[in-house]
Amino acid sequence: MLVAVSLLVPALPVGALETSGRIELEPRGFMRSPAHPGQSRHGLSLAVQPELYHEFGDGGEQSLLFSPFLRLDTADDERTHFDVRELQYQRVFDTAELRIGIGRVFWGVTESWHLVDVINQTDLVENIDREDKLGQPLVNLTLIRDWGVVDLFALPGFRERTFPGREGRLRSEPFIDTERATYESGAGRQRIDYAVRWSQTIGDFDIGVAHFHGTSREPRLVPECEDGRSALSTPCNPFTIVFSPRYEVVNRTSLDLQATRDAMLWKLEALHESGQGGSYFAWVAGFEYSWFGIDESGMDLGLLVEHLFDDRGANAPHPLEDDLFAGLRLALNDENDTALLAGAIVDMEGDATNLTLEASRRVGDDWKIELETRIWTGVANDDPMVHLRDDDYLQLTLSRYF
Amino acid sequence: MKILLSIAVLSITLASGAYAESPEEKGLAIAREMDSRDRGWKDQRANLVMTLRNRQGQESRRELRISTLEVDGDGDKSLTVFDTPRDVKGTAFLSFTHATKPDDQWLYLPALKRVKRISSRNKSGSFMGSEFAYEDLSSQEIDKYRYKWLRDETLDGKKTMVVEYYPAYENSGYTRQVVWIDSEIMQIVGIEFYDRKNALLKTLTMGDYRRYADRFWRAGVMRMENNQTGKSTEIRWSDYEFGTGLGDRDFNKNALKRAR
Repeated sequence: MLVAVSLLVPALPVGALETSGRIELEPRGFMRSPAHPGQSRHGLSLAVQPELYHEFGDGGEQSLLFSPFLRLDTADDERTHFDVRELQYQRVFDTAELRIGIGRVFWGVTESWHLVDVINQTDLVENIDREDKLGQPLVNLTLIRDWGVVDLFALPGFRERTFPGREGRLRSEPFIDTERATYESGAGRQRIDYAVRWSQTIGDFDIGVAHFHGTSREPRLVPECEDGRSALSTPCNPFTIVFSPRYEVVNRTSLDLQATRDAMLWKLEALHESGQGGSYFAWVAGFEYSWFGIDESGMDLGLLVEHLFDDRGANAPHPLEDDLFAGLRLALNDENDTALLAGAIVDMEGDATNLTLEASRRVGDDWKIELETRIWTGVANDDPMVHLRDDDYLQLTLSRYF
Repeated sequence: MKILLSIAVLSITLASGAYAESPEEKGLAIAREMDSRDRGWKDQRANLVMTLRNRQGQESRRELRISTLEVDGDGDKSLTVFDTPRDVKGTAFLSFTHATKPDDQWLYLPALKRVKRISSRNKSGSFMGSEFAYEDLSSQEIDKYRYKWLRDETLDGKKTMVVEYYPAYENSGYTRQVVWIDSEIMQIVGIEFYDRKNALLKTLTMGDYRRYADRFWRAGVMRMENNQTGKSTEIRWSDYEFGTGLGDRDFNKNALKRAR
């Protein structure tokens, strides 16, 4: 990939490089004692993500982007990690765009769960909200036509999902041993995945339809004995059982749709996926309504409601099989961009509730402070979220932008 | 030639006002004249520095770049890219404005690489925490307002026409605006904004006008004072460029994602 990039790019005029980035310090404290040996009560983490950008060609129609990411974490070795978020050559033509390298692509419209966003793997150790993604090797051709935008993707090189280590908090029980990952495809991580997406704006509607054929970003978790045999068929010491991530090849067709009607945004993400393990439907559907200028100072209040559904029910590899998300977003619209988001995800078939509060504000010109807390309540012993109920936490992020 | 012609037309319109023209007709004629004189610029680019000042005199700065595409028979298209504060660097805003129906707006959030269609109802909301509302910076279309000529006035030695604007679109934060127009260059030099309770809310002064491409007058500085809170915002414009060859393809969701 790197060779391909360097061949496409002639000699770089030095000095026209744009640099920016962010460095952050993040203390995190857990409100309860750890459930597993070796876990800590609190952790401190340092992360840095610089970005180098260079534009060239007559009208700047070609560019190079490099953005590496590094996190050092005192509490979890798996959270200490490095990733190339972006390393990308881009060329813009009249009605087409070409991207080659490592990139990040976002699809979707909903807020609580990005169901149809499939190109990049989730960097789960960053945050369990799944919004952080690993850089994906890709070749992406975009065709811009009157009848819509078509994106064609070839994705050489699979990225495995990151999971907390044995001594990290917010982990499953048994813990997921990423070293034991297996693949349905004989090519394993070298399999080339493909995706195509059509998107268009028609009046108040923003529509996207996509198909993905390749290795699923969401692994099935297989309980394994220490010697690698399946714990389902072999009796072994329950204290030595670990989860092994199993990545299967799937066909996945998705729709994302937003209707923007005045202050109301109607949102739908839906997909059908089939593979070795059968097929299923899933959706996230809801709305976002905003009240603008609710007081003299011009604050905005937004109400978010979304229903999350996965027809695999208890067999889904995540706990959000039939859940309701409700959130309130308050934007002060002050000179520091102060904002608050409070949300709850409630299991429709039990009492389990996940409460989240996020607050952020700029300090001075180049600093930002963010507060985040997640709390789980009403989680029964047989609930898929049971492993998280002792992991309520509060974290502070102090970022310096440069 | 066109300018000569429009000046001739203006003199006729203004002269005829002396006979039968009502203040409303005269106000509309002035708006039409301003519109026709500023037509044909096709596309423009400019850099902005916004300085926000609170009542205690503390300042904060925002730097942004705006590209605009002139659209015949509809509102303009614009793409705004934020450079500072640094935590919002790379955030971009795409807007298809319309005279009376709601604008179409998309926001690009670089951290997630996400393009989000947003509600354009928030016309009276603050633009980036400043004293400028979205509607203050939106493209000026004739049908956006009803007009009434109030008087002619000499302001700082310049001949001006004072016209009252009444928003004809929904969700405006104003009942009316009193607008001072320089009679020579037919550009706005000052506005008083009256809130929904018809109390004076803000005062805008625009100056440092320069002519570009031999025809188009653009302000170099805009100062917005909030008469109710004592806060103020100054916008300095620079590096105006006209006819740079921008087209529809520079104003879509893909261009928004690429903008930086």
